[in-house]
Amino acid sequence: MKRLQLLGAVAALLLPGLAQARDNEAVTTFTLDNGMDVVVVEDHRAPVVQQMVWYRAGSADEPKGSSGVAHFLEHLLFKATDKLESGEFSATVAANGGRDNAFTSYDYTAYHQRVAADRLELMMEMESDRMRNIRLTPENIATERDVIIEERNQRTESNPGALMSEQMNAAQYLNHRYGSPVIGWMHEMEALDLDDALAFYKTYYSPNNAILVVSGDVQPDAVRALAEKYYGVIPANPDLPERLRTQEPPQTAERRLIFRDARVAQPYVSRSYLAPERDPGAQEEAAALTLLAEILGGGTTSFLAEKLQFDQQIVTYSGAFYRGASLDDTTFDLVVVPAAGVSLREAEDAMDKALADFMETGVDAEQLDRIKLQIRANQIYARDDADSVANRYGQALAIGLSVEDVQNWPDVLEAVTADDIMAAARSVFDKRQSVTGWLMKPEVTQ
Amino acid sequence: MKLIYGLILTALMALPARAEVNIQSVESPGGLTAWLVEDHSIPFVALELRFRGGASLDRPGKRGSVNLMTALLEEGAGDMDSRAFSKASEALATSFGFDASRDDVSVSARFLTENRAPSVALLRAALTEPLFDEASIERVRGQVLSIIQSDAKDPDDIASETFDRIAYGDHPYASSLNGTLDSVAALTRDDLVAARKDVMARDRVYIGAVGDITPEELGALIDELLGDLPETGAPMPPRADVTIPGGVTVVDFPTPQSVAVFGQKGIAQDDPDFFAALLLNHVLGGGSFESRLMNEVREKRGLTYGVYSYLVARDLAEVYMGSVSSSNDRIAEAIEVIRAEWAKAAENGITQEELDAAKTYITGAYPLRFDGNAPIANILVGMQLLGLPIDYIATRNDKVEAVTLADVKRVAGELLNPEGLQFVVVGQPEGLQSTTSN
Repeated sequence: MKRLQLLGAVAALLLPGLAQARDNEAVTTFTLDNGMDVVVVEDHRAPVVQQMVWYRAGSADEPKGSSGVAHFLEHLLFKATDKLESGEFSATVAANGGRDNAFTSYDYTAYHQRVAADRLELMMEMESDRMRNIRLTPENIATERDVIIEERNQRTESNPGALMSEQMNAAQYLNHRYGSPVIGWMHEMEALDLDDALAFYKTYYSPNNAILVVSGDVQPDAVRALAEKYYGVIPANPDLPERLRTQEPPQTAERRLIFRDARVAQPYVSRSYLAPERDPGAQEEAAALTLLAEILGGGTTSFLAEKLQFDQQIVTYSGAFYRGASLDDTTFDLVVVPAAGVSLREAEDAMDKALADFMETGVDAEQLDRIKLQIRANQIYARDDADSVANRYGQALAIGLSVEDVQNWPDVLEAVTADDIMAAARSVFDKRQSVTGWLMKPEVTQ
Repeated sequence: MKLIYGLILTALMALPARAEVNIQSVESPGGLTAWLVEDHSIPFVALELRFRGGASLDRPGKRGSVNLMTALLEEGAGDMDSRAFSKASEALATSFGFDASRDDVSVSARFLTENRAPSVALLRAALTEPLFDEASIERVRGQVLSIIQSDAKDPDDIASETFDRIAYGDHPYASSLNGTLDSVAALTRDDLVAARKDVMARDRVYIGAVGDITPEELGALIDELLGDLPETGAPMPPRADVTIPGGVTVVDFPTPQSVAVFGQKGIAQDDPDFFAALLLNHVLGGGSFESRLMNEVREKRGLTYGVYSYLVARDLAEVYMGSVSSSNDRIAEAIEVIRAEWAKAAENGITQEELDAAKTYITGAYPLRFDGNAPIANILVGMQLLGLPIDYIATRNDKVEAVTLADVKRVAGELLNPEGLQFVVVGQPEGLQSTTSN
């Protein structure tokens, strides 16, 4: 116990030195004349570059009835353009020793390549080409639709936890598209066609709806010159729609569901609460919720782990999660995995009792200090991974945050007080805005 | 316009990227050797340790003991219980990872320069004075048992474990390093103490460090960290006798999509033909979107989201493996296509164009791996475990370039064995029956 206090003292001494860590992040940002945002993250230690292009369009921007089309289109962007044959994009990246891929989420779709730094121009030439010029055939549609159906089989249909999570999201969002899965509902995926894909492409794929993020062994001026040459010549889309989505009404009824599946090996309780997200210029509540998740369920020293795993030994795992990087209302999630011989009811009751205790006792000051210290240290460790810095900027800009919001985020986190955290907790833990799911094995009939 | 891309490509290929990685060999005063890449640009160090032998050193009847022991290293040491240890680590903003694999136990650490001394003291306590207290043992045992139960219902794990059981006979490789519900339930504290003595010894430790530290500082650091470990551990396990019958094994499991792993005998990393095999595999199933398998099974037929093959060169056995998932009504066709591609490559090898593309990829991708302190530290220990020379990085791409089309054709004929290819299919596949028992 003595040793612990000593270490705490060491930590306190470290704070001033660590506070300057962020100033060393080598980030340059600018906007092209056609509205395309550009972020450059320099790291000259290895001759490597990563290019990412993020579109401010994800599954929550899809038209009703076409769930999965954003992700389907992402697949189709690897087919032919006017200049490239189907598959030639990735083949060219590979022939240059690089790797490429893409991903789709609720709020964005992103394409990325990682290659030797002197191949950046070729990557930009190809990526800018497929922003406007894809050429799809009926065969592309039929085959690639089979591929995304197999992808859904692999990610979701084969995984009871993923299936329950889909049901919980659908119950959480009464009126917002976050209630539909990114990959799509199977019956709607099966009906996706060429027109669906092209309509989404024409609406959302344009420079004024995109963010270019380049990280690695590059100079900002050189990136700007290349970006102007390849992306700068593409006209902005004047008809880009404003990003308005149907919003949630007041949520007034607690929702509970039970998902049973013979493949369940380990039953668990999952709870989600509707929660505010990071907003431009107003990230304080999201910062408080970020720290709340760490305090409650961020590891073995967290409040829930302490109470439920160590003291009562009623669960084998507990966790709390909050994803603030979201365009619209997000969720704050809790999960507990009961120990052998403990029922889901007992585990859930223990979780709720622990939450109630937390609301009584409040934030442990030493724990909050340790978490803030780690946040500062992570800014040093992050400099070892320019691509993760790039990711952070791309994601934030894609959900409507500004460069300043990204750069202020560590300070906003730093400024959060114990009172802020408790206020955020009181606001978010409203059962009427929650969904509780039990993942279970099938009932055994006697 | 396609032509222009071609021209750009040719021009660029004349200038392959080179990673500047200057590795120093550091001899500690206490007689341990570490490889170091000194880089003072960010004030932290990434440290990687490997103890060879790993979970394959489980004693008879004690399957899972090395894994459970390794998981308990972060659960308290010296005068700190589990929670005190975690809090101390957090207060230093350091992070430690402990992991058991079939071939080694790995320790991954990173610590800030200004916290180096207390961080090393904390890690030293974990390695040399772990508590293994009763409460922690029971808690972590519960977690491991839960993982074993989950694996038993996971198609990917069922497939891998079934394949291993078929391929490795009575060698430790034949079973999961997690152990079984029974073997883990029966483990005692004495078993864990014994497992630690067997594995964590100075005669089998490999060390890689990258970051803000000088050779002198590193020498002193590793003596402080590892000086108190025993000189020797348990004898290394024997090589595995790989016996793969070839055929299909179906494991019935109620799920809409079948998961298949497949494999045959492989090739050792120190085999003179290893790079020819590596290039061959890149073309066949290793090259992500461009491989023949991906092209035939996914791009042309839409039978899967992903199909891959990979050379697995373990310390004690070599296999050539692959994996694919398809709906129950389509997996049979996927397997048929894979077998046909295997046979085609065995008979005809690959084309010059494919070989050239594979070489450009494999040589071009190599420098991209050296992109951070932790990844480089990992490469440094990996090289030492393989017995590679310290200047290997500079010569590796030349070895790739030296492979000829004739080499690949010969190796394809010798290595690829379409009849010896064993598929394990987990699901309810239509039109597939077991030809081999599991």
